[in-house]
Amino acid sequence: MNRFIAGLTAAILLFVSLPAALCAAESIQLLNVSYDPTRELYEKYNALFAKYWQDKTGQQVMVRMSHGGSGKQARSVIEGLQADVVTLALAYDVDAIAEKGRKLLPPDWQQKLPNNSAPYTSTIVFLVRKGNPKQIRDWDDLVHPGVQVITPNPKISGAARWSFLAAWGYALKKNGGEDSAQQFVAQLYHNVPVLDSGARASTTTFVQRGIGDVLLAWENEAYLAASEFGDGQFDIVTPSISMLAEPSVAVVEKNAARHATQDAARAYLEQLYSEDAQELIASLYYRPSDSKVAKKYASKFASIKLLRIDDLGGWQAVQKKHFDDGGTFDQIYAP
Amino acid sequence: MRNLKEPSVLPGFGITLGITLAYLSLIVLIPLSGLFMTTAQVSFEEFWKTVTSPRVMNAYRVTFGASFLAAFINVFFGLIVTWVLVRYKFYGKRIMDAMVDLPFALPTAVAGIALTVLYSPRGWIGRYFEPLGIKIAFTPIGITIALVFIGLPFVVRTVQPVLEDMNREYEEAAVSLGATRWQTFYRVILPELTPALMTGFAMALARALGEYGSVIFIAGNMPGVSEIVPLIIITKLEQYDYTGATSIAVVMLLASFLMLFAINLLQTWSRRRRDE
Repeated sequence: MNRFIAGLTAAILLFVSLPAALCAAESIQLLNVSYDPTRELYEKYNALFAKYWQDKTGQQVMVRMSHGGSGKQARSVIEGLQADVVTLALAYDVDAIAEKGRKLLPPDWQQKLPNNSAPYTSTIVFLVRKGNPKQIRDWDDLVHPGVQVITPNPKISGAARWSFLAAWGYALKKNGGEDSAQQFVAQLYHNVPVLDSGARASTTTFVQRGIGDVLLAWENEAYLAASEFGDGQFDIVTPSISMLAEPSVAVVEKNAARHATQDAARAYLEQLYSEDAQELIASLYYRPSDSKVAKKYASKFASIKLLRIDDLGGWQAVQKKHFDDGGTFDQIYAP
Repeated sequence: MRNLKEPSVLPGFGITLGITLAYLSLIVLIPLSGLFMTTAQVSFEEFWKTVTSPRVMNAYRVTFGASFLAAFINVFFGLIVTWVLVRYKFYGKRIMDAMVDLPFALPTAVAGIALTVLYSPRGWIGRYFEPLGIKIAFTPIGITIALVFIGLPFVVRTVQPVLEDMNREYEEAAVSLGATRWQTFYRVILPELTPALMTGFAMALARALGEYGSVIFIAGNMPGVSEIVPLIIITKLEQYDYTGATSIAVVMLLASFLMLFAINLLQTWSRRRRDE
């Protein structure tokens, strides 16, 4: 019997002590929990920030990254992933952390940094095959029969939600009335042969598998695809109206306080607005928020009429209306 | 404690049972009870509404249908593969034997992407089916192919040792007593292999029901057509609907448990029938 208990304790001890042993740390570390397409951006920015922080305080800072779908990342943080900062695709996901994360973030997190806590913005554009054989110029052309549109599932992908809303916003402005807008997006999604699970997966479907006539993509992903995968296999088409996507950043105050990294975490996000960082941001095809840098790179970005999420009622309302169970998107596929 | 164990030359019953209980609790029991506890937060009506909504029902059909079909295909072709590997000697047999394990070792996402490349309308195989009007990738057929791929080793690896141990003298005896070839296979070999085939079937089925990584790329994920249950669960989580997600997970868990239990009963029954 004694041995029985000894065995039980040994097994429990093993499980409890293992994670503790892995967490020993020396110099200051930050964990940035981000979404998928920002890999290249933060890889470069982290080096920039490490140098800035060393010059300023003499302290060495190591920024570790975690990438994944925006919603999944938010859930990890809610469930206890020790993020010092989050840099996610949608304000909605940061809101979810503030709401469900037991005071990890203050409710007014979006007011803590300039420009709605979005150091860079982006939008949704069309990527089409070379020479634009299907003559796609604007959202209207996507609902024609015989045009195949590639976009991920908006219920599980942040980028796809922006695409859906851009189409919705266009139809609202053009035809007026929610009924006709709903009809418009329904027609559009009937032209979608594959609903991938994320933005990168859709890019692969369109670029490597050769499926579809038009890809609804993040602007930066579209430029990346157009410049990296084969020269001139693709053209970028900018529609007349699109969404102003504001990927949001925030310090996870409670975690940072626990790690005593508040100062570094705050500086890490503030420095995203510095001129050097904004230059870096623009070079990777995100739209900079700094007006000076924006002017310098103005020729790089086509001018589109950009709708804001608040024009459509804000994230909470939009999510409920369109993407929650039984919402507009589900109605499209209702039998 | 004495009466629980049979006499053994090696000591250590107490300590190993202690470790086993602690281990099973930590790895299996506690996570699963967490699932039930989260689900218990909703009322039964709400639970029922979630797990029987049309979209979810459709996903059950796709997942269970494709999983059963894939497991059946695997039992049939898995038996042939095993037969060849066990009974014949030929050049390259070792490599073929190792290849059977590939679906075990390959990350499922890699398998899914590779299969999609092959079977998509422009792919190496898919392009020959496209003119015939047959779409493989992004339909339930594609889902089934992915599930066949990941399930194959389960059947082969459970049947292989049984077939290796089987005495060829029985077959020789059957033939010399006048049995036809078909009779020899059907009445002598097959009954001997049935329990192993059923185990293989059950394992391939169980694996297929929960598969996400390889299926998600080839499925196309069209609501109502090629949406699998694990995707519905992910979709619910994406809406921060934890109880909705766990409700469906509980249904899947119970259904899988019942099916495995039924297969186990069948197995016992067939073993007993054989022994009689």
